[in-house]
Amino acid sequence: MEHIRTPKVENVRMIDRLTRRKSSVGTLYLSSTHTIFVENSEARKETWVLHSLIYNVERLPTNSSGSPLIIRCKNFHVYRLLIPQEKDCLDVLASLTRLSRPERYGELFCFSFNPNLDKELREKAWGFINLKAEFSRMGIPCNLWHVTAANHEYRLCDTYPSELFVPKSASPAVIVGSAKFRSRGRLPVLSYFHRDTSPNLFIASICRSSQPLTGFSARSSDDEQMLQAIMKSNPVSEFMYVVDTRPKLNAMANRAAGKGYENEDHYTNIKLQFIGIENIHVMRNSQQKLIDVGELAAPSMSDFLWGLENSGWLKHIKAVLDAGVFIAKAVAEDGVSVLVHCSDGWDRTAQACSVASVLLDPYYRTIKGLMVLIEKDWVSFGHKFSHRYAHLDGDPKEVSPVMDQFLECVWQLMQQFPCAFEFNERFLIQLHTHIYSCQNGNFIGNCQKERRDLRLQERTHSLWPHLWENRAEYTNPLYRTDHSQTQGVLKPLTTAYCFKFWKGMYGRAEKSVASHQSPADCLNAVREESQQLEEELSSHQEVPRETDAGQGIHMHA
Amino acid sequence: MEFAELIKTPRVDGVVLHRPFMPTVEGTLCLTGHHLILSSRQDNTEELWLLHANIDSIEKRFVGSLGTIIVKCKDLRVIQLDIPGMEECLNIASSIEALSTLDSVSLMYPFFYRPLFEVIEDGWQLFVPEEAFKDLESMTDEWRLSEVNKDFSVCPSYPSLLTVPKDIDDESLCKAASFRHGGRFPVLSYYHKKNGMVMMRAAQPLTGTNGRRCKEDEKLINATLCAGKRGYIIDTRTIAVAQQAKARGGGFEQEANYPQWRRIHKAIERSNVLQESLIKLVESCNDQSHSMDRWLSKLEASNWQSNVKEILTTACLAAQCIDREGASVLVHGTEGTDSTLQVTSLAQIILDPSCRTIRGFEALIEREWLQAGHPFQQRCAQSAYSNGKPRSEAPVFLLFLDCVWQILRQFPCSFQFNENFLIMLFEHTYASQFSTFLGNSVAERVKLLLSQKTVSLWSWVNRPQELERFLNPLYEPNNLVIWPSVAPQSLQLWEGVFLRWNRSTKCLDEAYQEMVHIIEYNKELQNKVNSLRRQLAQLETEDSPLQTP
Repeated sequence: MEHIRTPKVENVRMIDRLTRRKSSVGTLYLSSTHTIFVENSEARKETWVLHSLIYNVERLPTNSSGSPLIIRCKNFHVYRLLIPQEKDCLDVLASLTRLSRPERYGELFCFSFNPNLDKELREKAWGFINLKAEFSRMGIPCNLWHVTAANHEYRLCDTYPSELFVPKSASPAVIVGSAKFRSRGRLPVLSYFHRDTSPNLFIASICRSSQPLTGFSARSSDDEQMLQAIMKSNPVSEFMYVVDTRPKLNAMANRAAGKGYENEDHYTNIKLQFIGIENIHVMRNSQQKLIDVGELAAPSMSDFLWGLENSGWLKHIKAVLDAGVFIAKAVAEDGVSVLVHCSDGWDRTAQACSVASVLLDPYYRTIKGLMVLIEKDWVSFGHKFSHRYAHLDGDPKEVSPVMDQFLECVWQLMQQFPCAFEFNERFLIQLHTHIYSCQNGNFIGNCQKERRDLRLQERTHSLWPHLWENRAEYTNPLYRTDHSQTQGVLKPLTTAYCFKFWKGMYGRAEKSVASHQSPADCLNAVREESQQLEEELSSHQEVPRETDAGQGIHMHA
Repeated sequence: MEFAELIKTPRVDGVVLHRPFMPTVEGTLCLTGHHLILSSRQDNTEELWLLHANIDSIEKRFVGSLGTIIVKCKDLRVIQLDIPGMEECLNIASSIEALSTLDSVSLMYPFFYRPLFEVIEDGWQLFVPEEAFKDLESMTDEWRLSEVNKDFSVCPSYPSLLTVPKDIDDESLCKAASFRHGGRFPVLSYYHKKNGMVMMRAAQPLTGTNGRRCKEDEKLINATLCAGKRGYIIDTRTIAVAQQAKARGGGFEQEANYPQWRRIHKAIERSNVLQESLIKLVESCNDQSHSMDRWLSKLEASNWQSNVKEILTTACLAAQCIDREGASVLVHGTEGTDSTLQVTSLAQIILDPSCRTIRGFEALIEREWLQAGHPFQQRCAQSAYSNGKPRSEAPVFLLFLDCVWQILRQFPCSFQFNENFLIMLFEHTYASQFSTFLGNSVAERVKLLLSQKTVSLWSWVNRPQELERFLNPLYEPNNLVIWPSVAPQSLQLWEGVFLRWNRSTKCLDEAYQEMVHIIEYNKELQNKVNSLRRQLAQLETEDSPLQTP
């Protein structure tokens, strides 16, 4: 509370940028976690802004009507306030600036967020997603892959999970040796195992790692054996792909720093493929330009399209999706295993592996499945959530919309395959908000070890069961488990014109641009009504009446 | 002229047809007076029947003696025919070229087409001005139906019956007509029942450089204003373009002469610019090799989306003046046959729920496009693949349909028809067995005796078995004014037309089917529950002894 200079300001005006008529006057309250605007109107409408979601606060010069303050949020909501007194405005600005930039983990919202769950329920909630169960769903362990204790207590790699799945044929010495030859010890391990149900019966896998420490000439026989072991775990295939998701030039430049990429002469039977996803700095700048486009006042069509092109954002989204398509095709159509890496193997690698998994496995297109995928490919494998999404006041160069891009790839796929996903756009947007919000412990910290040390499971709540309970809100009405789009591998087009501007995400600065009627909402309402009708019908049928006799009622799902 | 003279080789065997999303077919190619037919004579392969009128341009290529003709259609489809034999190929190509560019209207297919269905409801009788006027009469008595143009001499592009203010006599109308481009004096386009405001349309006034004025014209439009109220003149041209028009005898309403009117200039492009825009757009949509940067820059450079935005913005402005400001509106550009009609018809879709039904939309097209004298035949003579310099071709109506699609996308539950209906209309404006879009005005259609000799599109479309394809399952009648967003991010490329032949719509079609299924299942349940409820109620009344109060 020590950061709040003025807890309450009256006669504040909340401005709607497009239609001034929709502006409203009310009182602004500052709590330690939220800023709340309560309208003076009869309805006392409340707007809550979570401090950890605030991206920045900007004060414009005071004018005759007051001091304007713009609050921009990490989920692209923008609030425009007009505060009568300049002094109050300065106080609010100072308070929000401090409150939106916590310096220690202990200050984060998740440690004070209390949804009134008892201890037992909270612990149970943390068990909602179980990665061991997920690997066993894939059929792991099996005669080719098993779990290794090599990373017990994170002694091999402190940014990896403690449980790793590796080829059975890789000896402990090879595992340790391979880790030593990989940047930050992030050795090649299993990410996804594809049990094919088609007549081909491919058993190709997706593995992930960081870049090898090859420099200009170094090699490691352990690392070479590790890749050989991975390739051999797919008995039908004679080679494997190494997908380096970086542009080739960037990968080459890394050699000067003693890092780099696999030399095809040293590793037998690998095919190296560069994909060309740009680094986190390029992506950060690109998204900023895209946000600026969304914030343009009354842009012309040319301003908009030029801004969209100039941001490069859709080009980057296409690159990520192309990476996923390449991997999915190798695994499903050619039956070839793939090792994916970038530099550290926690950004582009996570994107490429998880997009490929969504394409390959219908399970990841369900509500629960997407949670599992995020937990596996992102949370457990050490995607640096707290750095990337600026949970704490830190190095701005570490911030980058890596996860935003993954969620957008899924959204772009939803546009091409409207029946293939159990969840709707709202679910993706909700996930996006929570990755930034710090309300739950799930995305706090930068790796499993850090989360364990913070004792997050004892001190915070898990997001997943909460989303699961509200899944009705996140359900796509067009999804049916027995629909052909729900089955098998998705093969999206990635021609430039297939990519769209994600208005639901980036168009949110404009309240008035909100979509007018949503077919999905209409359909959900219809389905809900159908359900009630079904219930009414069956209740009538329970009381048999003569008149019902001829009423052959057929229920279908 | 005999078609046979143009057909040098009426049939060729062993022709291979390639077309989007369908397996390659080998078969016999036949040319008739109006169709290009390819048939494999096998049961399971679809035949191709292509109207010559649908062919926009062709390209020939030879490898040895194997010729290839690339046929580019006005519906934007591109098909390829591999024809063995150079002579055959050349003959076929020159026949197609000749048959697809026939100048004489009376040689067009609608004059030869005999429907295989029984015409139950004659489309030619569906939307007569007298009927529309009856509706108007039920709401107001301020207007009358004038026969001043009954022989099309006052204004050749207007219909014979026109709705004008009651107090303006025919003599004044003639004077006003002489002051407006092409004789298109201000007439009623739309009456807003909610507040009695009106929308009129006209062509530009012929003020010229010396500021000519016409008392009758002033009186005519002032007659539509309520006492003490101001109206808006929406000129679809920029002020600069309107100024330039003066040098050619045209111009705009001077404030001094029209003190009760406020003039607003917008910037809707003229027809030749729109044609260029369409050609560029289709070219970039057809190049699948574009990088993201190149695609976005080509899309931007085509200006198509800008045109959509500008037209919609102007229509919203007109609707706003009427509904929000409570003011009457006069819309015109130069000729009053293109951008003017885009604006007046879209404004009605925004304001008037009945225009969002199938019948209402057909009536709107009849009123605001066909009878209002949009020169369909000139505008739709060629489409995006035409090689020649455009004469008067322009996708004016296609842009209107695109704008309707944008509103439909934003209000998916407010229209009785679906996207397929709009696409069907686009196809039939460019090539059709029906004659609805032949000719450039009512006068031309009357002269061609279309209603006696040919079949109206509406006679076919309105049959229940056809209509089914065009019904929007989500439709819930909505009596409100609908305000579309015109922000660039709310407007999308109309993929259903422009990417139609470039990417499969299987998954989108499946989604549509799923939607239909959900809604039909709901209706089925509702019927069952209702019938059960009725039976229950009946039983209850039978069970309980009659009680008289």
